[in-house]
Amino acid sequence: MMNAMINNVSVEVEDGLTILEAARKYNINIPTLCHYPELHINSDCRICSVEIDGRKGLKTACSTPIKDGMNIITNSPRVLNARKTITELILANHDANCTACTRNLNCELQSLAKNLGIDINRFPSVLERKPLDLLNPSLVRNSNRCIKCGRCVDVCKNVQAMHVLETMHRGHEMTVGPAFDEPLNDQTCTFCGQCANVCPVGAIMEKDNTDVVWEKLHDPSVYVMVQIAPAVRVAIGETLDHENGLISNGKLVSALRHLGFDHIYDTNFTADLTIMEEGTELIDRIMNGGVLPMMTSCCPGWINFAEQRHPNIIDHISSCKSPQQMFGTLAKTYYADKSNIDSRDIYVVSVMPCTAKKYEATRKEFRSFYDIPDVDIVLTTRELSKMFRQMGVDFDLIKEEPFDNPFGITTGAAQLFGASGGVMEAALRTVYEIVNKKPLVDINFESVRGLQGIKEATVDLGGKEIKVAVSNGLANTKTLVEQIEAGTSPYTFIEIMACPGGCIGGGGQPYGTTNDVREARLASTYFIDEEMVCRKSHENEMILALYEDYLDEPNSEQAHHLLHTYYEARK
Amino acid sequence: MKEHKLLTKRFGEIDPFSIEDFVNVGGYETLKKAMKMTSEEIIYEVEASRITGRGGANFPTYMKMRAMSKETGDMYLVCNADEGEPGNFKDKHLMEKDPHQLIEGMLISAYAVGANRGYIYIRGEYQSAVYLLEHAINEARKHGYLGQDICGKDFHFDLEVRQGAGAYVCGEEFALLESIEGKPGRTRVKPPFPTEAGLFMKPTLINNVETFSTLPHIIEMSGEEYGKLGSSFASGTKLISLSGNVKHKGLYEVEYGTTIRQVIEELGGGVSNGQKINMVQLGGACGPIIPEHLLDMDIDNERFEIFNSKMGAGAIIVIDDRFDLFEILLRTMTFFAHESCGKCAPCREGHIQIVKLLQKFYDTKVTYKDYESLVSLANVIHETALCGLGQTSTTSILATVEFFQYYYQQRIRQSERREWAL
Ligand SMILES: Cc1cc2nc3c(=O)[nH]c(=O)nc-3n(C[C@H](O)[C@H](O)[C@H](O)COP(=O)(O)O)c2cc1C
Ligand code: SF4
Ligand code: SF4
Repeated sequence: MMNAMINNVSVEVEDGLTILEAARKYNINIPTLCHYPELHINSDCRICSVEIDGRKGLKTACSTPIKDGMNIITNSPRVLNARKTITELILANHDANCTACTRNLNCELQSLAKNLGIDINRFPSVLERKPLDLLNPSLVRNSNRCIKCGRCVDVCKNVQAMHVLETMHRGHEMTVGPAFDEPLNDQTCTFCGQCANVCPVGAIMEKDNTDVVWEKLHDPSVYVMVQIAPAVRVAIGETLDHENGLISNGKLVSALRHLGFDHIYDTNFTADLTIMEEGTELIDRIMNGGVLPMMTSCCPGWINFAEQRHPNIIDHISSCKSPQQMFGTLAKTYYADKSNIDSRDIYVVSVMPCTAKKYEATRKEFRSFYDIPDVDIVLTTRELSKMFRQMGVDFDLIKEEPFDNPFGITTGAAQLFGASGGVMEAALRTVYEIVNKKPLVDINFESVRGLQGIKEATVDLGGKEIKVAVSNGLANTKTLVEQIEAGTSPYTFIEIMACPGGCIGGGGQPYGTTNDVREARLASTYFIDEEMVCRKSHENEMILALYEDYLDEPNSEQAHHLLHTYYEARK
Repeated sequence: MKEHKLLTKRFGEIDPFSIEDFVNVGGYETLKKAMKMTSEEIIYEVEASRITGRGGANFPTYMKMRAMSKETGDMYLVCNADEGEPGNFKDKHLMEKDPHQLIEGMLISAYAVGANRGYIYIRGEYQSAVYLLEHAINEARKHGYLGQDICGKDFHFDLEVRQGAGAYVCGEEFALLESIEGKPGRTRVKPPFPTEAGLFMKPTLINNVETFSTLPHIIEMSGEEYGKLGSSFASGTKLISLSGNVKHKGLYEVEYGTTIRQVIEELGGGVSNGQKINMVQLGGACGPIIPEHLLDMDIDNERFEIFNSKMGAGAIIVIDDRFDLFEILLRTMTFFAHESCGKCAPCREGHIQIVKLLQKFYDTKVTYKDYESLVSLANVIHETALCGLGQTSTTSILATVEFFQYYYQQRIRQSERREWAL
């Protein structure tokens, strides 16, 4: 322990803390801009500068270790003036057209400027406008708003190990982006969107599709249906000033109905279907000498990563479409058939925690009859929240409603798809019971839950112990993939999610996704699972009925035709 | 007054291409002497000598060496020969005229701290220095002064030359290390310091050419004797790069305690063609500009702290009364705007605004508000920038605001009159 003074308050903290950490323990707020929990400390913005008695110049609180006997002032006129000046400088090279920016009122630079009391900028704008990168379906880069905080580079390089984003050039010409400022399209970018999630301003964002959706909602000639992914419901509340982060499915359904969707369905339904198909495929590969380890296929960021950088292992990836795409297919085949609607009149919107899902929906493999996409458009959690705000939905007053049928009855297992380890856990619940022909004693697989990088478990399948692994985030995925390439992988089944924490930490989730926030979203996920009557996919009556009625049986010819896909090497 | 030649004593006396010449005048003998001492004994001598880094930051050299000697495992020695500061050319001379002196100094340091790999990072423009040092390294290797079992002892050390790509900021120690690692030259956040985690995250001792080159002399004459040279503030000799409007521009080696006026008038022969000294810039582009009446200060580093800056690497640039202050400042700040690495906000975004404000002074279109913005901005960059570049780049503004305030006042009034006249 050591003692120091901050603003004449004596503080006692453990050794090894920075001034910023120590101050926060005593509720002394030092503003920051480039700092982000869990990322490296770059101390590039210099906003957290403080005065330390006896030291020359100002020191940044984020990077300076607090020492015994230090006397620190965080709010002197000298400090406040420095912060204000730096913020004015940053604003002078920023496209500060706030009301025309999606991040208006939700922008870290804007709130910093407001808190520092900047109402007039002494410095003229030196912004040199550059064109936007609009060429891919997932992410938009707008360098005119970039403040060079370095967060996106850090996530891309150190959390995801992708090395797509870089800082380039010197001095005032310094830019952040892919090498040579090429479009993201030409890069081996997975579109995971972690960069967009940490960007403090609107410089990297999902491609906004809300206008298209509004248009369709008001077109009387189309049936607009929406599917909503498991991770969205445990996070969207954060953006809507709803005191409890968790908004009940019931309220979400009726809010979507307010927006004007004709049918409101649950992606959890096709998550259960995925377990049936993928579980059966796994059993088949084990029994009949197929390629092992088998790897999950529901994460499009991971699929991009594999196709672009490790095409030699694509045989390991399950041929199952993702739940989003299974839903799209069923909507335009099964549903169209059953309700006698021309599939061209059906418009499928998905709400996903993910920016890569936007890309996934445009893949040529996922266009079926009449060459129309199975899923027409994808909104992120943030975009849906924007639509709710545009509508003025009040979640406190709204009534609860159930999901529509046939794609509304789901299980606890399906909800787990939102969490890293969740697809594994859901699959094991089903595969175990099918192979061993007896019920699981404890259906909670604690060892594959949580935020560790790589998680493992062993399961008894028909008297044989198999090893499974879960990879959390792309940097860890690299490790597991390299094991397979080297022929040393000890596993039979591997779950991969590109984003840290799984879909609950997806690139399309509300801003401010830190580990604390991830933990909260995970807790809600497991809470929903516990509360469900049915917690195993193979016990979902509606799923069984669907096979009876339309798909025959898992991995049948019809199921293969509709619910499976293939992968190929891509640049 | 006379020069005190220590590091430059062999200049012109020996052929820099010939290791024999160097050995014949006692070269590498000090290395042998050092190798009979323990690591702590050598570092003690360096401490007693009171030497501080000659690259500009004046950090006590022994402290870095002691910190390094406590580390174990792989370690590196790096010689900073980037010399990008305008107006400095001492390191070029040291490398081109007595390259083995530098190698010997690096060897003694490596032996003392326990490093066995070293790099000399030379700025790209110094091709002849690169050539000479590569030659000298090969010769030293042939003669058993580099490589395995140096001087028959269990001491291994080898050296390699690396060339800089012409960025000023690559002289900053972390930017330099990043550059050797093959990355863009941008600094890192401290702590950790290079002696804890430097090149390839291993403990690294990084010193200036002049600092390393002084080491053999300290060991040869003993730290205590060396410490008697100079003034009570700073010990030893300093190489001064004298340029600008003086009769005899060039390199001079003087004891600390010598005044700036002595260097300019007695060694440099004063200002040429009867002009008057108006201003003198010290250290280089990042140093203060002082008026004529302060020239009787000595070149001692500590006293320069009153300008919140230092003598830097030892440049003295004489400016006579024909030059416009604002033209000089504008040129200097354009240089920094270009050389900023872009990593931290005040330096990246600040210099471009400073350039805009100085342009207004230069064009005589400036207001008192602009003056206030300029001073405030110069202070904020100085106080908040991440590395030494931004921390020192505005020294010339801060010093002239203090010593040449009337120029600023005058320019503002001229602008006002111009405004009325229009
Ligand atoms: C922008 C910048 C440029 C620098 N350029 C040089 C240089 O060219 N040569 C040098 O020796 N030190 C330079 N330095 C100082 C180094 O960072 C470092 O302090 C020095 O290499 C340490 O060696 P010393 O202790 O022997 O002086 C520079 C520092 C900064 C901030
Ligand atoms: S794009 Fe966003 S996260 Fe990346 S450096 Fe720019 S402001 Fe920071
Ligand atoms: S002060 Fe300038 S050169 Fe140094 S880190 Fe900041 S931007 Fe780079």
